[in-house]
Amino acid sequence: MISFDRVSKRYDEGHDALREISIEIAQDELVFLTGHSGAGKSTLLRLIMLMDRPSRGQVIVNGQNLAAVRPRNIPQHRRNIGVVFQNHQLLFDRTVFDNVALPLVIDGYDSREVGRRVRAALDKVGLLRRERAMPIALSGGEQQRVGIARAVVGKPKILLADEPTGNLDPTLSAEIMNLFEAFNQVGVTVLIASHDLVLISRLRHRIITLSQGCLVNGRAQ
Amino acid sequence: MIGRQEAVRRKDGASLSRRDLRGQANAWIQHHRLSAADSLMRILDSPGSSVLTWLVIGIALALPVGLNVALDNVSQVSVGWDSPAQISLFLQEEVSTDRLQELGDALGARQDISATRIISREEALDEFRTLSGFADILASLQKNPLPDVILVTPDAALDGSQVSALRQQLQGNSDVAEAVLDMEWLQRLNSLMELSRRLVLAIGGMLVVGVMLILGNTIRLAIESRRDEIVIVKLVGGSNGFVRRPFLYTGLWYGIGGGALAALLVSAALWFLEKPISELAVLYESAFQLTGLGVMGSLNLVILGGLLGLAGAWLAVSRHLARIQPR
Repeated sequence: MISFDRVSKRYDEGHDALREISIEIAQDELVFLTGHSGAGKSTLLRLIMLMDRPSRGQVIVNGQNLAAVRPRNIPQHRRNIGVVFQNHQLLFDRTVFDNVALPLVIDGYDSREVGRRVRAALDKVGLLRRERAMPIALSGGEQQRVGIARAVVGKPKILLADEPTGNLDPTLSAEIMNLFEAFNQVGVTVLIASHDLVLISRLRHRIITLSQGCLVNGRAQ
Repeated sequence: MIGRQEAVRRKDGASLSRRDLRGQANAWIQHHRLSAADSLMRILDSPGSSVLTWLVIGIALALPVGLNVALDNVSQVSVGWDSPAQISLFLQEEVSTDRLQELGDALGARQDISATRIISREEALDEFRTLSGFADILASLQKNPLPDVILVTPDAALDGSQVSALRQQLQGNSDVAEAVLDMEWLQRLNSLMELSRRLVLAIGGMLVVGVMLILGNTIRLAIESRRDEIVIVKLVGGSNGFVRRPFLYTGLWYGIGGGALAALLVSAALWFLEKPISELAVLYESAFQLTGLGVMGSLNLVILGGLLGLAGAWLAVSRHLARIQPR
């Protein structure tokens, strides 16, 4: 589903964020991406999202070579990928419902379908009753679940998460991870960048470790 | 939290998610409606600064439009002066009084001449004496230096070139020493009007560019204040068009509001001037009436404002949106 073939990314200032990375992630996998900060986890996710282009090598996502995706087609590419951010990236002047609905509104769904899907997504993350709330009124864990609902509302085939439990306590973190596992079980490819080794080693999934832009190991579970 | 049953349902749902073209067109229209309403709400949410923006645009548009209306009115007045231009026929010195009368009658009978007035040299001298105050000097003259004059008023249906031709023809008469068409001042007025029109056009052009830049700057600020939102929208797959739309509507609303305000300002100015002008017209025994923008003119002004708003917004959006990329 996601394939990196000897991918390197060097930023303009000469910093090598990724060096010769080759990874294969299958469709039904949930994979953790770990390493110290600056090891290249975020860069790897950014390449998948086409927020950056690799300096060398090729990235293939869902059968599409990303080098062939033109700038004007990047939005379409991103609509096929759900993303969860560490800092939630919610719109604080809109309700929970409107935040989750955003990808569907962008994709042009009619309002009845939007309502149906948003409620289904909020139901999955256990926030159905908070749809009228403003994000600011929610706890950190709830905000993150809104972010997850927004990531999955468009039923993407791929779900990326960048430090989704970064600011949460262990219990909430475990709950969030359970949610990701549930989505993985219904066939969504999930890639989670996290440095919470204690938590992710308890979950029995493949862990890819990056160190200074290089692959340390990619052992399969 | 998510069971197997749910999972099965979800997979089925994936095939239902394909939407037909009509659905997509509807959604597109709906987003236009949403953007338009949302932009308007945002403008109305901060009435103070919005009214200021509207005023700036309104004044900038009202100035050239108001000047243009004024010029229209002036040229309307001068149209009334155009046709009764007079031709003054200065006759040869040896023409007798009888011949003078005869010539005047003959000219008065012509189709292309509506009236003639004979001013004999004696009358002219009397008039000159009383008006000029040179009575003593004139009394010392041996003989009357003034010629007989016939004032010819051409028919009102004649246009400028026909009047010129008539003058030419009268000049050919052997009794006429000189035929003078008293239209130079009118030509001066016309070229002055032409000059004024060009000036108004130049000022208008500059102000129009100014309006676009002001709007562009306003939109730029709006873009800056919603930077986070733009980044998020781009991250979840919003196209440039989707991001652009609300800002274009913001520009449109500002422009339309400014145009409407400009129409209002021009009407207010005309209303303010109407009374003294009609009093002036009465004093001049003229039926002149001030003409305003009218409904169509006002509508055009509002449309022009809207177009300028769109253009300004487009300028700002194309310059600034591309720079905001998810980081």
